[in-house]
This record gives sequence, structure tokens and C-alpha cells, in this order.
Amino acid sequence: MTDVTPFRPAVAGSQPPNDSPEYGSTHKRHPKQALVAFAHTVTEATGPRFSPAQFPAIIDISTVDGHAAMGERIIVRGRVTDEDGRPVPDTMIEIWQANAAGRYHHPRDQHDAPLDAHFQGAGRVFTDADGWYQFTSIKPGAYPWRNHFNAWRPNHIHYSLFGSGFATRLITQMYFPGDPLLELDPVFNTVPDEHARKRLVAKFDLDVTRPEWALGYRFDVVLRGREATPMEE
Amino acid sequence: MPIATAAQTIGPYWHLIEYPEFADLTRFGAEGEKVVLTGLVIDGDGAPVTDGCIELWQASPAAGARFPGYGRSATDADGRFRFTTVKPGPVPGRGNTLQAPHFAINILARGILTRLYTRAYFEDEKLNGTDPLLTAIDDPARRATLLARPDGPGIWRMDIRLQGDGETVFIEV
Ligand SMILES: [Fe+2]
Repeated sequence: MTDVTPFRPAVAGSQPPNDSPEYGSTHKRHPKQALVAFAHTVTEATGPRFSPAQFPAIIDISTVDGHAAMGERIIVRGRVTDEDGRPVPDTMIEIWQANAAGRYHHPRDQHDAPLDAHFQGAGRVFTDADGWYQFTSIKPGAYPWRNHFNAWRPNHIHYSLFGSGFATRLITQMYFPGDPLLELDPVFNTVPDEHARKRLVAKFDLDVTRPEWALGYRFDVVLRGREATPMEE
Repeated sequence: MPIATAAQTIGPYWHLIEYPEFADLTRFGAEGEKVVLTGLVIDGDGAPVTDGCIELWQASPAAGARFPGYGRSATDADGRFRFTTVKPGPVPGRGNTLQAPHFAINILARGILTRLYTRAYFEDEKLNGTDPLLTAIDDPARRATLLARPDGPGIWRMDIRLQGDGETVFIEV
């Protein structure tokens, strides 16, 4: 029989290790035993599909009930492809972020910065047939956290992506170019490879920028690709 | 060739994309035997993980308009997650093997940079004895970390220990 085609393993240095001591929350939350190696089966090689009919898109999170959120309006546009450069079509992307003041619309966020009644901070978009997505938001503010003395998270937008299998599931963060906090951030710097790290930083893009309205950023995401040929046993 | 984008932690504020109904995979009217999968997520100090995002995927029964196959549950103040779903059947493994009924489980949380992946099996399944993953784990105590146990009618419980005594078997994915 022909087996499901497994996804390729991660390239060394391209993914952050869960044992990353500079990021304090990892101390008690990373396994100490080695992961068990197990070739992908139908369980890992298939994954959920989401349709906009059941999971409606929320593509502009810069307003609530017609009222604009405070802050610098932005458009983020990008393409989701796999490691073979093929577009990942019709996949759901969830995003969430702090408001312009660096405060999440979340009960556990106690940062002394104002909430914005016109900013909820969560969206949902789908890639088109060529893997393109776009949403409108406001630029999130930096916020303090207690990882170490005077620690501040750089501006970032959280991303959740699915792709074609449960193995391609990706939770990541998009950062902004020129942010002086990046080099100080223990979360960003958990990614060992410098090139892989820099790809988490969006690029300012004048073509995405809309005159008299919003700055544009480009952020592409690559999901894991499948092995060239099915593994036969 | 491009390389897959790096993962980053889901952080403590991921509840902005928590939709509690996602934890009920039967909400679109799925048919089949309803089961609940629940358990506690515990860290290396034995403390509950109260800000976790647990995800479930099952390849059986096949996902469709009435069954998403995918669920997401926040852990509560006790570290507890809870899914209502349909009991999976066996699915093919690699080669000519057969896998015992199981759920695929992702553990995402503050302090976890790359999702942790594991599976939940049913303790009483005869097929467990020949399941390709379970039989690849030699230590019975380690293997037992992947077995959900009955915890009331239709309720199955599997705790997830991230680190230390009784550490859950996590799988390379
Ligand atoms: Fe954040």
C-alpha cells in the first residue's frame, strides 16, 4: 500500500528549543525526556479544514461598531507557502494583539496602560487560492513583562496557522522592522538561526501602504513541506 | 528552498482567540458515541498550568460538515481541559499496521515555544497491544502516560505532565 506522505523534519536551528532558559516561563514547562520519534501517519498528515461559512472572517480589526481604534492604522499582507514554494490556499489564519498602548483586551493583562473600547484585538482571515492573505489593524504597542528587570516585549502580532496537516500547525509572532527591543527580547531570540529569526520581522511595504489611510507591512509565512516521495515500508 | 517559519509561544493572552464552543466537537450535530476527554495539565513543580491551550485532532471519524475533527480547550484555574467529541475508531498506520483509536493532542502555553505534541489512547482498547506508537515505547510506565482512563460514564481522563515525575511522553512531530 502507499502510505501518507510525511512532512519534512525541521531544519536544525530554525525552530526555538523549548528548553530556552533566558525565557523564564520555560523552566518548569519543558519536558526533560527526549521526544519519541514516530513517522507521520494519517493522524499527523491530515488536519482540520475551516470554512468561512462556519468560521466567519474578521479582516478589519481597526474599528468596532464603526468607531476607529486609537493608534497607527496598518495593513498586513503576505503569502503563505510551503517549503517547496507552493501556495497554501484556503487556510485559516488567526491573529491577536495588544492595542496601540500595549494593553491586551484580556482580564489577566494588568499593564497600567489604557484599554480602547474600539479595539478588541482578534481577527481571522483565510488565504486565497494563491496563498495570499491581508488584514487591517492598528500597530500594537510594546508592553512590559516580568521576565527580567525592565523587560519589554517588542511590538508584535500573534499568528495561528494550520496548513494541510496537524503536523503543519504553527503558532508564531510577527515583529516590526527597526524595533530596538528585538535584540533584547528573550522570546524572539529563542530562535537560534539568525536568518530564521529575521524572517519573523515584517517588512515595510509601500505597495501595501494605502495613500492617506494606512501603512502597509509584508509578512510571508512558510509552512512545512512534505517529503518528496511517500515513504514505503 | 524556503525553510518553515519559526514558532513562537502562544503567550498568556491567547484567549483572545479562545472560542469555548471549539471544545465541543459535537456542536454541528455529529453522530456516533459521544465521549468526553478531560485531564489536568501540570508543570515541573506539580502546579497546574492555568493559561494553556490544548488542541485535539482526530482522523476518525472523518471530518465533515457535521464534525470538525478539531477542538480547542483552555485550561481552567485547576489546569483542566475538557473536550466533548465522538469516539474515534482505529485508523491505518504505516505499512500494513493498524493504529488503536486515539486523539492527537497539542499543548500550547506561555513558556512553550514550539507546541508539544502527544496522543491520548483509551486504556481498555485491545488494539493498544499492537499499536505502532504504544509498542515503540518500552517502559510501561512511560506508555501509561498516553492512556486515558474511565472517569465516569463516557468520560475519559488523561493528565498531562510537562516535566519531571510521570512526565508525559511527547512525540516528535
Ligand atoms: Fe503578546
